[in-house]
Amino acid sequence: MRQQLEYLKETPSQTAGPYVHIGLAPGAAGFDIYRQELGWDIAGPNAKGERIRIEGTVIDGMGSPIKDVLLEAWQANADGIYAHPEHKGSVEDGFKGWGRVITDFETGEWAFETIKPGAVNDGGKVMAPHISLWIVARGINIGLHTRLYFEDEANANSQDPVINLIEWEKRRQTLLARKTERDGKTVYRFDIKLQGEDETVFFDI
Amino acid sequence: MKPGPFYQRDRQSQPPALTPNYKTSVSRSPQYSMISLETTVSEATGPVFGHNDVDPLDQDLLTNYAKPGESAIGERIILHGRVLDENAKPVPNTLVEIWQANAGGRYRHKKDTYLAPIDPNFGGCGRTITDEDGYYYFRTVKPGAYPWRNWVNSWRPAHIHISVFGTAFAQRLITQCYFEGDPLIAKCPIVNTIPDPDAIEQLIAILDLNATIPLDTIAYKLDLVLRGRRSTLFENRLEGN
Repeated sequence: MRQQLEYLKETPSQTAGPYVHIGLAPGAAGFDIYRQELGWDIAGPNAKGERIRIEGTVIDGMGSPIKDVLLEAWQANADGIYAHPEHKGSVEDGFKGWGRVITDFETGEWAFETIKPGAVNDGGKVMAPHISLWIVARGINIGLHTRLYFEDEANANSQDPVINLIEWEKRRQTLLARKTERDGKTVYRFDIKLQGEDETVFFDI
Repeated sequence: MKPGPFYQRDRQSQPPALTPNYKTSVSRSPQYSMISLETTVSEATGPVFGHNDVDPLDQDLLTNYAKPGESAIGERIILHGRVLDENAKPVPNTLVEIWQANAGGRYRHKKDTYLAPIDPNFGGCGRTITDEDGYYYFRTVKPGAYPWRNWVNSWRPAHIHISVFGTAFAQRLITQCYFEGDPLIAKCPIVNTIPDPDAIEQLIAILDLNATIPLDTIAYKLDLVLRGRRSTLFENRLEGN
């Protein structure tokens, strides 16, 4: 008999829908049920490095901010180490590197506080400091993956192997968070555009 | 052998971004091609959760928002199954989160205004961590179908939203579970964003009489499959060697 490949197939994705908050951020849906919601503290109290705030919107094809988005962030610590058993090295006690935020129902603004990640060594290739973002919402059939890089890391960015995969230099700009300062604190702005001439680069990972 | 890159996601069985019959996707679908990115450490890693993150009651939606001694109203069901990868290996210790409408098809959400009533004893969310065999289970009520604004007369089949992590950000997945025999499944523009009929079948929980608790709770089974990964059989020589 002919040999068979006995792989399973990945479960297909479906939209997170407009009520994603009930499951992943019930406080925002309007009720209190869990002892503790997950993903609100990315870096923890002991993390080294620069404390930063990152904020932005997710803009649809009509130019309007989307008000029912949920974003998840995944990042390394200031030494470029992920809080994961496969990544050699250790992170500070309480450093998760993972966070979850939703957009404001009225304005579509999202924001999270974290520390600026370090450059990440990927088997000998160095990736510039970055945060992986995953975006789900009503109307998004499968979560969108992108990366946030920092505009003030121009040198590291210019050598980043992932940024350099993007053939069009103009599109690389869509991955750069813009640095500002507010009340003495560093704030990066990162607006994600789902369509249009300056559509954000998304990755098929 | 070390774990290597993830198998490429099969974009022909996953829904594309633009699916005009699901109207909201039209202005929310990227139009340029995604950039194909081979797995780096940033995608091969992901958050780790433990039993400290969840409470045992979190997986019992019949009682996790009910007043003491009371219970949610509706058909009592167990939803259970395993989280596996594409190599058919169990994915242990991974976080599974669910949310759903109540038995009348109403969500406990400040933006849901459907006229079916809120059930005072039903919150509509649950979470758990898979065991060593990748097994998960929830107790809940079967959600009701409800109308939504897509076409003038669109109804969602009964469904439970499921979020699952796996061990890597590359495996992150949100989907919806439907129930065997529901005639609304075939008519649903959200279900039909999935181009492959066999892939749709993967989302339909089947009646599992063996797991049913007699005179108490009926059971449905749904296995979830996350992306698998190659083993590194040969190390590539470093550049320059």
